[in-house]
Amino acid sequence: MNVSSAAVRACGLVKTHGQGQSRVRAVDEVDLEVPQGQMLAVMGPSGCGKSTLLHLLGGLERPTDGEVWVAGRRIDPLSERALARMRRRSVGFIFQAFHLVEELSAAENVELPALLAGRSRRQARRRASLLLERVGLADRARHLPSQLSGGQRQRVAIARALANDPLVVLADEPTGNLDTTATLDVLRIFEELRAAGQTLVIVTHDERVAATADRLISMRDGMFVDDTRLAGTGTGWLGDLIGLEG
Amino acid sequence: MQDAVLAMLAKEPSHGYHLHARLRRSLGPLGESMNRGQIYVTLARLERAGLVVCERADGLPERPERKVYALTPAGQQRVAAWLAEVGWPKPDLAEFHLKLAAAAAARLADPVELVAAQRRELLRRLREAQRAALAEPVGSGAGLLLEGVVLRLQADLRWLDACERAWSKVDDEVEGG
Repeated sequence: MNVSSAAVRACGLVKTHGQGQSRVRAVDEVDLEVPQGQMLAVMGPSGCGKSTLLHLLGGLERPTDGEVWVAGRRIDPLSERALARMRRRSVGFIFQAFHLVEELSAAENVELPALLAGRSRRQARRRASLLLERVGLADRARHLPSQLSGGQRQRVAIARALANDPLVVLADEPTGNLDTTATLDVLRIFEELRAAGQTLVIVTHDERVAATADRLISMRDGMFVDDTRLAGTGTGWLGDLIGLEG
Repeated sequence: MQDAVLAMLAKEPSHGYHLHARLRRSLGPLGESMNRGQIYVTLARLERAGLVVCERADGLPERPERKVYALTPAGQQRVAAWLAEVGWPKPDLAEFHLKLAAAAAARLADPVELVAAQRRELLRRLREAQRAALAEPVGSGAGLLLEGVVLRLQADLRWLDACERAWSKVDDEVEGG
């Protein structure tokens, strides 16, 4: 695959936690290429290293060994400042626990990353109202996070992740705290993002979330044990499933 | 499908094409593969069994779309019995379970690999079912049916996780001596 078409790339990626005897390889020699526009899900039992992998890809943690490339640029040797700038510009994060700023309204939460990236107040405001409308929360813009349901908070967090039109969105258990209805709302938004060509990497233990992706990687003990393309079965089998024969 | 077609006639006597349209509407994308011929075959069987009668409008040439079907008393009884019946399709898990056991016993294949292949297939199906479900407008009957399909696949996938854990353990024990 052409290197320039990869939104995110990792080679020989290793991350160890702890020292000496208790040393654990959370991520163990992983190679990965996520082409632009791909929606990738990473599944595995808790402790398999999937969240650590996501943090390494987004520059939230530094690898013990190996390389990480985002938008064709190697990020693992960058200074803290340069890394922070890269994250603001190229990466959108979505977390299980939302991580919204409780003192700010929904709209202000979404404006924040744009302001930090140097956009004008007016630009940030316009972008935020557009994104809140996109996630179906135009009428909740003035609400504080504490006045919103879990599902609504996560949709605000998705809008915030998109504030600077990132090259890649990284989501860590985005539906882990949500009920079925709220999960479906989030999946509907992901499906729209996927259709619009947004690159997404989602770490999840929910099969439903994984099934919205184009590609699924299974992780065990820091390693990839399966890499499956999910696209392209067609819906011909749907009728068979409910047994319509006379 | 015979019972479903009979029950639809309980509302009022109906043309075959009208029944077909109602079924398609209830099933949404799940009913796409169903053609009108299947309805006529089913209606013919029901007629032979004495559960429906077919009335033809007078003076018109004989064509299937001119026929109006209605329940007979026996058909009405069968609909009542069907509604009262508590049944549930049996998921075919035993076959897969036995496949894993046989493959392992004869060393024909690695059960963990078989589980992985099965999981890939179910995930592809889950993806299609879910995509179809998300495309349905909120409150659609077909959406509710697809939700059932999704939940069943999800349950099957969780069972496969349990299979993988169990058979991986067997592997480890064999390797460990």
